[in-house]
Amino acid sequence: MSCIEQLEYEILLQGASFKESGEYIKKHFSEWYEVEPGYRLFDSYLIGVPPVVLGVDGEDMIFPYTKPCRGTFLLRARGPEEIAKLRARKK
Amino acid sequence: MASDTIESPTALLLLGCPQVPVQTSVAIHLCDQLRERGIAPVIAGTAAARKLIEVADPKRHYIGEVIDLDACIDAIAGKERDFDHAFVFIHNDGGVSYAGTISAISKARLVGIVYGEHAAETAATITFPCEVVAVKATHNPMPLVARLGRALP
Repeated sequence: MSCIEQLEYEILLQGASFKESGEYIKKHFSEWYEVEPGYRLFDSYLIGVPPVVLGVDGEDMIFPYTKPCRGTFLLRARGPEEIAKLRARKK
Repeated sequence: MASDTIESPTALLLLGCPQVPVQTSVAIHLCDQLRERGIAPVIAGTAAARKLIEVADPKRHYIGEVIDLDACIDAIAGKERDFDHAFVFIHNDGGVSYAGTISAISKARLVGIVYGEHAAETAATITFPCEVVAVKATHNPMPLVARLGRALP
């Protein structure tokens, strides 16, 4: 089981495409970042089509989570340490 | 006396959800074709996809190493392992995401094998560097096998 599945998370979008998930973040959250697939988040490597869009809302991370059979879920989970790491990242 | 060993080239076959029947037979066929070319196939997939493969080739005449999909991604992204070739089986948006991930984390020559009822639409969403073999195939593997033959190393 992925580390992400052990988080307390809220599902914001289900059944959307990966592209739609990224567009949703850019439309609904003023702070967002683009990273490469394989970026390490919550001790898991992100799956996705480059660039992967990540959102920040207060102390919550907004991020896509893709499963082979179920497609992409857009999740919200508390992650102040992940947000600090993302903000400090070299562009 | 020290001796140098030359390792065979390797190919990753990354399987998606085994919802579409052609995946398993095309994957085993591809393993055979790769072995004919001296390339060692390594299959990565979900538990269900792996089980279908292993049951279809119980003595492993064609398949070789079979590994967990998440563990495979972790090993490549963690730079513990990589492959010379990567064939990603794609029939949905999730498959495109896995191919996009391989394009970003691996140095392998990447081929996306796109199949299923909506192969053309799915292939159109591939926006990253990737050789694409797309055929509308669900039950009959032959059109996909024929097209894939042109993309083999």
